Amino acid sequence: MARHWRAGAAGLAVLGLTLTACGGAKVGDSSEAGGSGSSGKCGTFNLAVNPWVGYEADAAVVAYVAENDLKCKVTKKDLKEEIAWQGFGTGEVDTVLENWGHDDLKKKYITQQKTAVEAGSTGNKGIIGWYVPPWLAKAHPDITNWKNLNKYAANFKTSESGGKGQLLDGDPSYVTNDEALVKNLKLDFKVVYAGSETALIQAYRDAEKNKKWVIGYFYEPQWFLSEVPLVKVDLPAYKTGCDADPAKVACDYPVYDLDKIVSAKFAKSGSPAYDLVKKFNWTNDDQNTVAKYIAVDKMTPEAAAKKWVDANRAKVDAWIK
Amino acid sequence: MTVAMEKPETSGEARQSAPPPPPAPVRRISRSMVVGAILVVWLVLFALLRGKQTLALAAADLTDLHRWLNDVNDSIGANRNSNPLFLYFFNEIRLVIDNLVTFVQDLISQPSGDRPLPQIGWLGVVGLVGYVSWAVANWRVALLAVAGFTFLGLQGLWQESMDTLALTLSAVLVALLFALPLGVWAGLSDRANRIATPFLDFMQTMPTFVYLAPLTLFFLIGGASATIATVIYAAPPALRITAHAIRSVPATTVEAADSMGATRRQSLLKVLLPMSKRTVVMGVNQTIMAALAMVTIAALIDAPGLGKTVVQALQSLDVGTAFNAGLAIVVMAIVLDRVTTAASGRAEAARRNAGPLLKWRRHLLVAGGAVAAVLVYLSHTYVWAAEFPGEGSTGSNIAKAADNVTTWAQDNLSGLTNGFRDVITNGLLNPFQTLLTDSPWWLVGAALIGIAVVLGGPRAGITTAVCVGLLVATGVWSDGMTTLASTVVATVLVMLLGVVFGVWMGRSALVDRLVRPTLDAAQVMPPFVYLVPFLALFGATRFTAIVAAIVYAAPVAIKIIADGVRTVPATTVEAATSTGCNTWQIITKVQLPMARSALTLATNQGLIYVLAMVVVGGLVGAGALGYDVVAGFSQGQLYGKGLAAGLAIVLLGVMFDRITQAAARRTSD
Repeated sequence: MARHWRAGAAGLAVLGLTLTACGGAKVGDSSEAGGSGSSGKCGTFNLAVNPWVGYEADAAVVAYVAENDLKCKVTKKDLKEEIAWQGFGTGEVDTVLENWGHDDLKKKYITQQKTAVEAGSTGNKGIIGWYVPPWLAKAHPDITNWKNLNKYAANFKTSESGGKGQLLDGDPSYVTNDEALVKNLKLDFKVVYAGSETALIQAYRDAEKNKKWVIGYFYEPQWFLSEVPLVKVDLPAYKTGCDADPAKVACDYPVYDLDKIVSAKFAKSGSPAYDLVKKFNWTNDDQNTVAKYIAVDKMTPEAAAKKWVDANRAKVDAWIK
Repeated sequence: MTVAMEKPETSGEARQSAPPPPPAPVRRISRSMVVGAILVVWLVLFALLRGKQTLALAAADLTDLHRWLNDVNDSIGANRNSNPLFLYFFNEIRLVIDNLVTFVQDLISQPSGDRPLPQIGWLGVVGLVGYVSWAVANWRVALLAVAGFTFLGLQGLWQESMDTLALTLSAVLVALLFALPLGVWAGLSDRANRIATPFLDFMQTMPTFVYLAPLTLFFLIGGASATIATVIYAAPPALRITAHAIRSVPATTVEAADSMGATRRQSLLKVLLPMSKRTVVMGVNQTIMAALAMVTIAALIDAPGLGKTVVQALQSLDVGTAFNAGLAIVVMAIVLDRVTTAASGRAEAARRNAGPLLKWRRHLLVAGGAVAAVLVYLSHTYVWAAEFPGEGSTGSNIAKAADNVTTWAQDNLSGLTNGFRDVITNGLLNPFQTLLTDSPWWLVGAALIGIAVVLGGPRAGITTAVCVGLLVATGVWSDGMTTLASTVVATVLVMLLGVVFGVWMGRSALVDRLVRPTLDAAQVMPPFVYLVPFLALFGATRFTAIVAAIVYAAPVAIKIIADGVRTVPATTVEAATSTGCNTWQIITKVQLPMARSALTLATNQGLIYVLAMVVVGGLVGAGALGYDVVAGFSQGQLYGKGLAAGLAIVLLGVMFDRITQAAARRTSD
């Protein structure tokens, strides 16, 4: 038996040596592999990524610039808003790049716990409202006025809406007054919760393709609008304060000035990444372009960011000066 | 999101103990008549009292309980840096688990230290997996394991897969550390078992979404929280099955050991543990499977790995990419399942083959170990062995094919599927839901308690009464009833499929072998993957949620029923054939009646599996409790309501589990 064992071991040793001899490049040999090690004075930059593609576009570009121009070590964290804000206090998150007027969270984390501070606008205008697929707006142009909605309510009936027209709402983290709006505008509609952005987009995609009647909640900037240019329905115009009492809202959503929130610690750290976040500013079109690269053209966020940054060097230079 | 995996065995016990006597027809008829009478009374009262005392609550409304839960949550968040409980307890736990996860990640998935690559590259991992599979199981499984892991690399998902594996291994390790000793204790002590059971039920039925946010509050964002979330969900099967294994060691054997003067410790170590080893390994298997089922959910709090790929692809409705990553999870689950299953049978196989082979084996093991070590060394040193070569073009081909199939189905089937949806929704779901949500709450409660007493006996009635009371207290009664309606409709459809496919598989070994892999895949494939195609086929409706629940729950029901049909003695079937029964008569008159306890068990498991999908249903238009839970996870001011909705799901689960189990015990008596 011992002989077998020895022969086996010898055979293995030979095999091992042969493999080693024709080995090839060793791990850590190449000089480019050291890239992530040289973090300079920037250090680690913890960037929360909230789950929608527009935000992913913001994050991709900021991360790309921070990594390549400022030599930061960027750690992206995929989190929902509520959890991301929680992370300010524990040092797990430095920056939330696209905040949609979450006054409740601002009150909790900026005013009360003082773990976060505002870092100015992203330049993006957030528009929330009710939208219909383009074929419907073309076939019935008057549908874009809320006063005519009751006329068409029967066409929006579904198996879920209990005999009324269906108004489709999306992800529960969206800012929405829709139930109050339906009630206060005396519309013959019922709010049905699709429960996710995916479900909402799929419903619109299907509606446009198969000429179905769908009306629901949607928002800009959004990559999906470059695939199906949804048409916004006009609700009674927004005036300051008309949404003060959530139960009595009877007006359209305000235009949100999307802004950036950073942790209090990060703001004082003197990191160049903080200056980048503070100066980061672009348009809805910019964001939609990058979001389209990611969602429709299926590029990786890094590749999408590189493509946009290479084409818009002047804008980027203004952020890092 | 699975629940109570050990239950098939308890029924097996019941089935073995006494061959089912012919049913007592008189009692059965009277029982179903009483249930019928309850339903008639309910319908009459419903017609009279419709719309009164329904306890409805709008999506944004809160009760005092919900507000109180919000406040608790806020105060924990605000004080976490000064509270000694955090500084000396939670933070310490987090540190230990974080270090464990980071250690395993450095080993196989993430760049470690100054290296741009992990310590062990793909060749080393594949070698180790093959070697370990062979050592604990057999060479056939080892071959499957090597092929499976290589496939992960070809899919272009090597690093993601290793991240998932690292997280799964860490979670299983921690889970077993607690579950095995506690399981032994629950196996030895009746009282410990009684105390543990409700906690285990709770851990398995509470939707994971509910505790994700609190976990990040206690253990911060990252590996530790993801691991702990997985442990909470995955530990119960190992604990339960260990306890069951210890319990099922024959009493005579233990007595024999006692009479020979063995101490308690000796009889545990020399008799109980060795004799239950096989079953305990099955428990480990179930824990691994449960941990893998958590991969996509844990990705919502930034757990690295395949789950992240699935979730991100879902955001841009990229079915192909999501399917590719989902397939990787399925492949990993199948490999780990087959290896542990074979390992549990190995000990016996080895005992039987003891002799000259055993000596050979030792040498082969050493030699194999040396080969594995060389492979690990190579993958540690050389780039070609560390980084999976190629572009992962198999992955993009799979993604493209999945996309094409989905598009084809959407374009060609949606007329058909929409028609089917409308028939079921209008004919079955809507009337039933109206009955449940528009009746006064006390009427529904009384009817449920009445049915529980008739089907399950007085004890089941008491449990139901308590559950109904607590459901009212959660403040989400109306949403609970909406969810209940969808759940019952889904379970009816699951049972239809279960009977059709179960009988078919039970009667033919060939069909069984062909269908079973599909069933396995349906159980492990993350639901997020098939949500997008289902949305296209059925729209954002309650019915989409029902279909998703069926995909997840039907395999369990089918497997249990197939098993039940197969255990009908061949002699009985032959006797029926000789008296001139045709196939249809054999199925309806002999096989199904004799498999009645399997049918009841399948209903029990089907219902609980359907309940496990309520939250996923909330993402695709089912609303009600599922939506409340998701909303609680997303919005601070709805946190308390989400928690209450999670409790309501647990209560529904407990209620049905107790009623159907008691009913099962009665039918098999």
